[in-house]
Amino acid sequence: MSVTQILFWLLSVLAVCSAVMVVASKSPVHSILFLIITFFAISGHYILLNAQFLAIVNIIVYAGAIMVLFLFVVMLMNLNADSEPPQKNKYILFGGTIAGASLLLVLVAALKQTVTTVQMVETNTGNVGLIENLGKILFTDYVFPFEISSVLFLSAMIGAVVISKKEA
Amino acid sequence: MLLSIDLFLVIEKLVLIIVVVMASLVIAMYATFAERKVAAIMQDRIGPNRAGPFGILQPLADGLKLFFKEEIIPSFSSKFLFILGPSLAMLTAMMTSAVIPWGDTVTLFGREIHLQIADINIGILYVFGVVSMGVYGIMIGSWASNNKFSLMGGLRAASQIISYELAMGIALIALLMVTGTLSLRTMVIDQTDGTWNFFKQPLGFLIFLICVFAECNRTPFDLAEAENELIGGYHTEYSSMKLGFYLFAEYINMFISSAVMVSLFFGGYDIPILNDAHAVEKIGQNWMAVAHIFMFLGKAFFFVFLFMWVRWTIPRFRYDQLMNLGWKVLLPLALINMLITGAVILFLQ
Amino acid sequence: MRNFLLAVNTKYMKALTNRVKEVDRRPMTLMERAYLPAIFKGMAITFSHMFKKAPTISYPEKTRPFSPVFRGLHILNRDEEGRENCTACGLCAVACPAEAITMEAAERKPGEENLYREEKYAAKYEINMLRCIFCGLCEEACPKDAIYLSETFAPANFQRKGFIYGKEDLLIPNPVTEPEAYAKAKGGRVALK
Repeated sequence: MSVTQILFWLLSVLAVCSAVMVVASKSPVHSILFLIITFFAISGHYILLNAQFLAIVNIIVYAGAIMVLFLFVVMLMNLNADSEPPQKNKYILFGGTIAGASLLLVLVAALKQTVTTVQMVETNTGNVGLIENLGKILFTDYVFPFEISSVLFLSAMIGAVVISKKEA
Repeated sequence: MLLSIDLFLVIEKLVLIIVVVMASLVIAMYATFAERKVAAIMQDRIGPNRAGPFGILQPLADGLKLFFKEEIIPSFSSKFLFILGPSLAMLTAMMTSAVIPWGDTVTLFGREIHLQIADINIGILYVFGVVSMGVYGIMIGSWASNNKFSLMGGLRAASQIISYELAMGIALIALLMVTGTLSLRTMVIDQTDGTWNFFKQPLGFLIFLICVFAECNRTPFDLAEAENELIGGYHTEYSSMKLGFYLFAEYINMFISSAVMVSLFFGGYDIPILNDAHAVEKIGQNWMAVAHIFMFLGKAFFFVFLFMWVRWTIPRFRYDQLMNLGWKVLLPLALINMLITGAVILFLQ
Repeated sequence: MRNFLLAVNTKYMKALTNRVKEVDRRPMTLMERAYLPAIFKGMAITFSHMFKKAPTISYPEKTRPFSPVFRGLHILNRDEEGRENCTACGLCAVACPAEAITMEAAERKPGEENLYREEKYAAKYEINMLRCIFCGLCEEACPKDAIYLSETFAPANFQRKGFIYGKEDLLIPNPVTEPEAYAKAKGGRVALK
């Protein structure tokens, strides 16, 4: 196994385990901390794919800003086991079990169908993820979706301002 | 194969990492001493002068004191997170030093060694990412303390850092438009050949400087630990070396952000006026590198001094003033700066 | 509304003194709102203070000179032959406004002539330094030149009883047997007759 592969497995295990812990942990603050670890593992994967720009932006935007806001809100609300509404409805539990089982079934079936190629991903090669190439592609081939998404962000921003103005 | 990596490269980098980390620690140690001395001199006092001649052993005495203090962990706090907080603060403070070019190339044992731990092509973004991580140490520590004042301090720190990160990022974008590279090393080399970026982006530098003050939680932006409102802010419940880590991380942050500012705006290790090519011929490459390192440290120390100078001059902002400054002044200014920079670049083409 | 109130204020309320300064309530100019010039001004002030001399006196090594009339810790005086001056007359205790002085008198036995100058002496002489106000009235009351206020002050102590000074604390060293200690206790003061 090469170093890249070892790193790949390490990061994958870390990502999946902490993703499970996000759901499993009792305290919401712990969930968010695990989510941050997941983001870091995913950033590690980006670096293995030679997409350094994506990796660092993932850290800056998701782990650095959005997760801080999540943490902010959860810390302020001070959620814990006591504030959780009592979950007594047996039908919901029953339905959840069935839904989960069917999802598992679909996943297993889908995984069985996929043809595994020898080299799944190009690790450590490819230059698309480098910042110059990414910038060029974004502003030539994908300029329309790029602008559309910026309009989307603008509308979201205006929406947020309108909502906060109404409250005041 | 695992062993296919260049073994000498690993050793070289390890040595470099150890040297940089140790140097930052020692510098941060003496920054605490310098802070006390500068404060004293500015207030017409003498300052610490008892431990050793002129008090130069004072940081050792302080460290020793912190080590021997009783370790107190509040009974209702989450122990793991309580310890994680200061550790993260220290880690993120140290991590930024990886991309800073401390000097030019030296030749040792027949190997060309760049005096930089990692020259990655997204250097500035890396700095930015690590800085944005810095708030976690404070937030986790403050929440794990299970104390209202700590939590208030942590929340203040988080909202402050997020607010000022925006203006900082946009100020940096204007700089990147001028330099056309994200690698700190390339940036420094460009500045060595041409003029310093400060003269191209004075407004950008001012915004960046103010934001760095805010990111380091230094006065006038030290609302996270405002002693007279929040007892000690986020580190109210901390004692012993864990408190030491928090305090120490602040000084490391100060030094590292000074180093980043020097690399970005003040030519890094470039010695002004001196023609490097001639000097290299005269004294050799290695001695030139030493001169570069001293030049770099000299510039960085000036900014550390500036941090202290400002601290002992300007009182703390009120919280609404802080937010107004961040969102209503610095952010629009940074945007205008970016627009003007873009327009000028377009005009010159 | 606010301007109106201000106008009323200035019209009907007379200032109490002629030193009243009108508060400038004009909105800040652009220069003031920019805030940076004020910051630079402040930083220039702090920087200029770096070159001023610190008035600090490094205490244990250097001491501030006392004024010649400084009244500090008490001394029980001896004459040139090393005999105690005090005759336990009690005038100092009477004069003391803080009632800090207590004493017990005793008669000089034969053979103690080299210890005490006169027939009566103080067997016990105590001053409570917590009560003492260092007014120096004991010094003035003493007919025998036996008590003086020196140039030092009482050092700190952890316990109250440490501040009750007995004879062993107050007596000046014997000028015959320990001349150096005597000279030191006498200090720079000229007239300690």
